[in-house]
Amino acid sequence: MLEVAIISVIKVVFVFTALLTACAYMTLIERRVVARFQTRLGPIYTGPNGLLQPVADLVKLLFKEDIIPEHVDKKIYMIAPLAAFIPATLSIVVIPFGSSITIFGREIDLVLSNLNVGVLYVFAVTSIGVYSIILSGWSSNSKYSLLGSIRSSAQMISYEVSMGLAVVSVVLVSGSLNLNQIVAHQANLWHIFSQPVAFIIFLVCGIAETNRAPFDLPEAESELVAGYHTEYSAMKFGMFFVGEYANMVTVSAMAATLFLGGWQGPGDSSGIISMLWFAIKVFLFLFLYLWLRATTPRFRYDQLMSFGWKLLLPLAILNVLVTSAVVLII
Amino acid sequence: MKTKTMTLNMGPQHPATHGVLRVKLDLDGERVLEAYPVIGYLHTGIEKTAEAKLYHKVVPLTDRMDYLAPMSNNLGYCLAVEKLLDMEIPPKAQWARVCLAELTRINSHLVWVGTHALDIGAMSMALYGFRERENIVHIYELVSGQRMMSSYFRIGGLSKDLPENFNEEVRKVLDILPSRIREYEDLLTNNRIWRNRTIGVGKLSKKEALKSSITGPILRASGVKHDLRKAIPYSSYDKFDFDIPTRTGGDVFSRYEVRVEEMYQSIKIAQQAIDGMPEGDWAANAPGVVSPPKEKVLNEMEALIFHFKIVTEGFHPPKGETYVGIESPKGEIGFYIVSDGSPKPHRMRVRPPSFINLSSLNKLCKGGFLSDVIANIGSVDIVLGEVDR
Repeated sequence: MLEVAIISVIKVVFVFTALLTACAYMTLIERRVVARFQTRLGPIYTGPNGLLQPVADLVKLLFKEDIIPEHVDKKIYMIAPLAAFIPATLSIVVIPFGSSITIFGREIDLVLSNLNVGVLYVFAVTSIGVYSIILSGWSSNSKYSLLGSIRSSAQMISYEVSMGLAVVSVVLVSGSLNLNQIVAHQANLWHIFSQPVAFIIFLVCGIAETNRAPFDLPEAESELVAGYHTEYSAMKFGMFFVGEYANMVTVSAMAATLFLGGWQGPGDSSGIISMLWFAIKVFLFLFLYLWLRATTPRFRYDQLMSFGWKLLLPLAILNVLVTSAVVLII
Repeated sequence: MKTKTMTLNMGPQHPATHGVLRVKLDLDGERVLEAYPVIGYLHTGIEKTAEAKLYHKVVPLTDRMDYLAPMSNNLGYCLAVEKLLDMEIPPKAQWARVCLAELTRINSHLVWVGTHALDIGAMSMALYGFRERENIVHIYELVSGQRMMSSYFRIGGLSKDLPENFNEEVRKVLDILPSRIREYEDLLTNNRIWRNRTIGVGKLSKKEALKSSITGPILRASGVKHDLRKAIPYSSYDKFDFDIPTRTGGDVFSRYEVRVEEMYQSIKIAQQAIDGMPEGDWAANAPGVVSPPKEKVLNEMEALIFHFKIVTEGFHPPKGETYVGIESPKGEIGFYIVSDGSPKPHRMRVRPPSFINLSSLNKLCKGGFLSDVIANIGSVDIVLGEVDR
C-alpha cells in the first residue's frame, strides 16, 4: 500500500512539474517562434538563447506589487484567478502520457488516474474554467473586463457543445470513455483517419476554447485592452496566464490522445520512447497554435457565434449521426 | 423592461486609437449607438508657433504634424510659400520632390497597413510593414541625415544636393517593394477572416463623403475619382504617368484596396522620377531667399552675408495670401498663409486631412459592432499630430 502511495506521489509531482514547465517554456517558445515569423529575434539575452526568460518572468510576477483596485468585489476578485489556474491543471490527470515503464521490477502505468469516464472528467473540469472568466469580469467592475468576460463565456460555452459532439463520435468509434482504451483502440488506425471531420471540429473548438488567435477576442488587446484580466496584476495575472497555457497544453494533449494515437508512435513505442512520441505530438499542436497566431486576423463577435452555431454545430451533429449509423451497421 | 446603454471611453490611452484619440462610445451590448471622437490631447500649437517663426524655420514644424509623411507636409508648405514669392523651381528639385513625396506615400501606407492589420488581429503584418518602411526611412536618412523629421524640402528647392548614390539606393528599395506588397496581399486580401471583418463595414456613400469634404483614399474608395495630383497638378506631377485607383464599395475593404493599389502606383511614379531625373540645380537661384551652398558660405564673402541675413532676418515676401493644397497620403493637406510683408507669416492655417476625415467617424461606426470601431479608426488612417495641430 505504501509503495503504491509513493509511486503515485512521484507520478503526480512529475506530471505537474512537467506541465508547469511546459507552460513556462511554452511562453518562451511562443515568443521565439512568433518572433521568427515576424522577422524579429524575441528574448535572447536572459541566459543562453533566452532560456532563463520564463524564470525571469516568474520572478518578476512574484515580486510585482499586487494591486487590488478599490472598486472591485474583493472575495470574488481573489477567487477568480484560482478558478482559472486549478481546473486548467487538473484535467491533465487522466491523460495517458506513455505506455508503461519498469522500475525495480515494478511495472508502472504512465497515467495518473486510469479513470473509466476520463473523457467526461476532462469536460467537467475544463468547463469550470468558464467561471473564472465570468467571475473575474464581473468582480473587476470595469467595462473592458465585463465586455471581455461576456464575449469569452459565450464563446466557451457555445464551442464546448460542438467540441463535445466531436468527441462523442470518437467515443462511439472506440466504444469507451476511458482515455487509455481510446488510445489502445488506435493501435492500428489513428482516429484522425477514421474521424477526420471530428478532428477538424475538435481542433477549431479547441482553439476557440482556449481563447487563442484567431478566436482571441475576449482578450483582443486592440479592442478591450486585455479583456477579463485587465484589472489584475502580479501573480494573480500570472495565474490567468498560466491557466491559459495549461489549457493549451491540455487541449493539445487531448487532441493527441483522441486523434493521433496518444503515445503510440509509428515505430517502437514502449517506456521512455512512448513519452517522447506523446511530447512530439503535443508539441505539433502547440506549434499550430503559434502558427495561427502569427498569421490570421481576428474574428468578430457575431461572426464567431454564427460560425460556431451555424456551421460547426450542424456539422458535428451530422458527423455523430453518420458515425453512429456506421457503427450500428458494422 | 427598461434597458440602459453603456458609455465606454475608448482612449485617450488605448492600444488601438493610434495615439491619444479618445472615442466616447454609447454601447448597447456590443452595438455602437454613437461614437464621438474627442480630440485635443496632443495639441502642439503648430499653427500658432508658425506665426513666431521666420518662413524658413516653419519647415521643421510641418514635419511634426503628420510624422508618418514628413516630406508631404514639407512639400505643401514650401509650395505655398513659393507661390507667395512667385518662384520658379528647377526641374531637378521638382523631380526629387516627386520621388521623395511618393516614397513618403508608400511609407505612410506601409505603417497604415501594418497598424490597421494589427488592430484587426493580424499581428505579424505590423512587423512586416515596419520592416519595409525601414528601407524608406533609410532613404530619408541618406538625403537629409534624419530618419523621421527630415525637413529636406526647403523654400526654393532642397536643403542640399541629392547624394551621389541616391538613384541606386532608391532603385534598390523600389525593386524589393512590389514583391513585399504582394506578400501582404497574399496574407490579407483573400483571407476569409480579413474579408469578413472589412467588407461592408464602415460604409460611406459617395454623397456623404463629398458632403463631409472627405479627401484622399477614403474618398476614392467611395467611388469619387479625385486626386489633386491629377486635378491641380503641382511640382510637375502632370509629367508623370500614373493611374488613380478607385473603388465603389466605400467600406473598410475598399479603402484597403485603394491604398494597396496606390502603393503600386507610387512605386511607378518614383521609378519614373529617378529614371528621368534631370541634371541641374537643386534649388532656385534666388539670393536672399535660398541660402547659398555650404562651401560657398565658407569661402565667399557675399555668400556668407546672404547666409547670415537669411538666418537672422529672413526674407520679406510680398503682402497677400495664398493657399496650396497637395495630395498627402491621407488626403488633401492645404497650407493657407497670410503675409503682411514681414519675415514671419501673419497667419498659417493648415487644412488637415486626418482631422476632416476623422469627423466622419460617427457615421462609419453607428450601428456597427465594437470591433468595427477599431477597424474604422484604422481605415480612416489618422495621425493625431495632424489632427491636433
